[in-house]
Amino acid sequence: MNFMVENLPYLLAGISVGGQYALIAIGYTMVYGILRLINFAHGDMFMVAGLMMVYLAADLPLYLSVPVVIILTVFLGVMIEKVAYRPLRTAPRMSIMISAIGVSYLLQNAALYATGGLTQTYPDIPWLSQTVEIFGANTKMVTVITPVLTLILVIGLVMLIKHTKIGMAMRAVSRDFETSQLMGIDINRIITVTFIIGSFLAAIGSVLYFTNYTGVMPTSGAMPGLKAFVAAVFGGIGSIPGAVIGAFVIGICENIIKGLGWTTFSNAFTFVLLIVILMVKPTGLFGEKNIDKV
Amino acid sequence: MKKIISLMLVLVMVFALFAGCGSKDKEGEGDYAGTIKIGVFEPASGDNGAGGKQETLGVQYANSVTPAVEVGGETYKVELVNVDNESDAGKGITAAETLVSQGVSLVLGTYGSAVAIAAGPTFDKAGVPAIGITCTNPQVTEAANYFRICFLDPFQGTVLANYAYDNGMRKAYCLSKMGDDYSVGLVNYFVEAFKKLGGTVVEEQFEQGNSDFSAYVANAKKNGCDVFFSPVSTEAAALIINQADAQKLGMPILAGDTWDSNVITGAAKGTDVEIIVTTFYQEGGNPEFDEGIKKWIEEDSTNLANNGGNTDLAAVTAMGYDAYYVALEAIKAAGSSDPADILAALPSVTYEGVCGKVVFLESGDADRSEAVVKKCNTETGVWEYVATQTVEK
Repeated sequence: MNFMVENLPYLLAGISVGGQYALIAIGYTMVYGILRLINFAHGDMFMVAGLMMVYLAADLPLYLSVPVVIILTVFLGVMIEKVAYRPLRTAPRMSIMISAIGVSYLLQNAALYATGGLTQTYPDIPWLSQTVEIFGANTKMVTVITPVLTLILVIGLVMLIKHTKIGMAMRAVSRDFETSQLMGIDINRIITVTFIIGSFLAAIGSVLYFTNYTGVMPTSGAMPGLKAFVAAVFGGIGSIPGAVIGAFVIGICENIIKGLGWTTFSNAFTFVLLIVILMVKPTGLFGEKNIDKV
Repeated sequence: MKKIISLMLVLVMVFALFAGCGSKDKEGEGDYAGTIKIGVFEPASGDNGAGGKQETLGVQYANSVTPAVEVGGETYKVELVNVDNESDAGKGITAAETLVSQGVSLVLGTYGSAVAIAAGPTFDKAGVPAIGITCTNPQVTEAANYFRICFLDPFQGTVLANYAYDNGMRKAYCLSKMGDDYSVGLVNYFVEAFKKLGGTVVEEQFEQGNSDFSAYVANAKKNGCDVFFSPVSTEAAALIINQADAQKLGMPILAGDTWDSNVITGAAKGTDVEIIVTTFYQEGGNPEFDEGIKKWIEEDSTNLANNGGNTDLAAVTAMGYDAYYVALEAIKAAGSSDPADILAALPSVTYEGVCGKVVFLESGDADRSEAVVKKCNTETGVWEYVATQTVEK
């Protein structure tokens, strides 16, 4: 029992951070599935969502500011696609990638300007940030909620992709961009929907993540973004279940490593794991099947 | 037509630029014999942004109180030249070079020892003296031109270790940031002193950009420690306090002068976390100074924002205030604005500031043997005075 109480915090933290990575990773993997683009600005959008919450919560009650943040993040994601990616659709893929890096730095610097370089404290969301006890281990409510909420959202998303018309169109576009266009699918609409879903999940992820780790600074999006990207590659980029499983594996592994006392190696370990997996399975865990590619 | 309009616009802009210069020069000539530039080498962004801004506030307040200095019978205006070293050792060198090229007579700062250590050789090479305000790592004054007015980490580490041991703590969990000279250094001195007293320690480090401290807090609990020692930057501190509260850490957190900031009291307010720090100054030590600076901060919304939105005083602000006057004393003693003269005059400068007397030792360090121990009242969110600790040398 004592062993349990001592080690449970690591597992809880791992599952929770894994869920948060998963929500970001879906954004990476979906955009890649459709556009074959690694959206480097995704992690920074996650950070911007956090900052918007800080500023909005100062003026609005929480039950309003959370939905407003989600709406604004979705709007931002769609705008980024419209302004920075759409004009480059016929350009070489490298150009659009560079454009994504540009957007990433633009967001970081805009955040630097807005915050003056100081860390902003994320507002307390009453129920989520309250401390709960699970089998003798104390943690925040958000730790318990995150995996549940992540699973619900992912199941919802998979249903959407498998059983709706727009989902079918998304699958078609991810299979063959040009042919689906010829078959009468409105590509621009599909891409917009993809960015809406990705940004929506990133916004939810940001609420969960920053409730747990309450400091928001301009570079806050970089590390979670990178880890989520690794998770997406790990699971086979383009595959949604792959990204989710990859995110949970990475979140849990890095916390177990920290629990073993090798705190400084936890990041190194994450990336070594990535290299090993890619050597054995170059397409990632679920990359080959191409079934859920969206 | 378009070309002509744009040409006209450019011309207007250029003239406006010249007009601006002209009026400024006149103003300077009217009141003063000339200007002396003092460089303020502080971070305004990055990990130490909050602390750097508070330290700068002290310097700026002192400058607003005493905007001029008398040298050789003539009054010179003192102009502060601010640069942002971004709390980064690499960017700090560029910022230091900027100051040198602007022709500053001497430099104040910086908050965060790592950047001060990195920039030391730049000031040495340019022959510009620098006065460290709160950079406590011993290596700072290894640069020949670097002086400092604060105490040192070996002293601070010993004070903290004594405090912990005297209060019945026997096993300490020490957390520092990898590659950060300040926290790594202070942890080392603490560990050395604490082991000598008979305590045991568990040491861990975290990486730059880490925001997930749940595992570190869990490790401290798992190892059955009595005290959590983490003299890290305030940005990380707020996250550690938050996580400590969530997991009910159940042991006091001990830290150095960095944590004496309203970022910490803000984070700790309403939690059950016990926080104890050693620092330079406790609000109330000099009521006149407290009152003046609070009024000054409140009057300007930028200053208020830089101080974290309220008028709680940080010790670094008081130290910044003292540093400015030490700089003025040095300029007066040198009798010129030439960096070389100031450098020659600095070692013999003494000054009685709000944080105590500043006397320089041969190494360029200040002779200080007292540290203030403070505790955070988590109900009201203010620092409370605990003791003034001294160490026999």
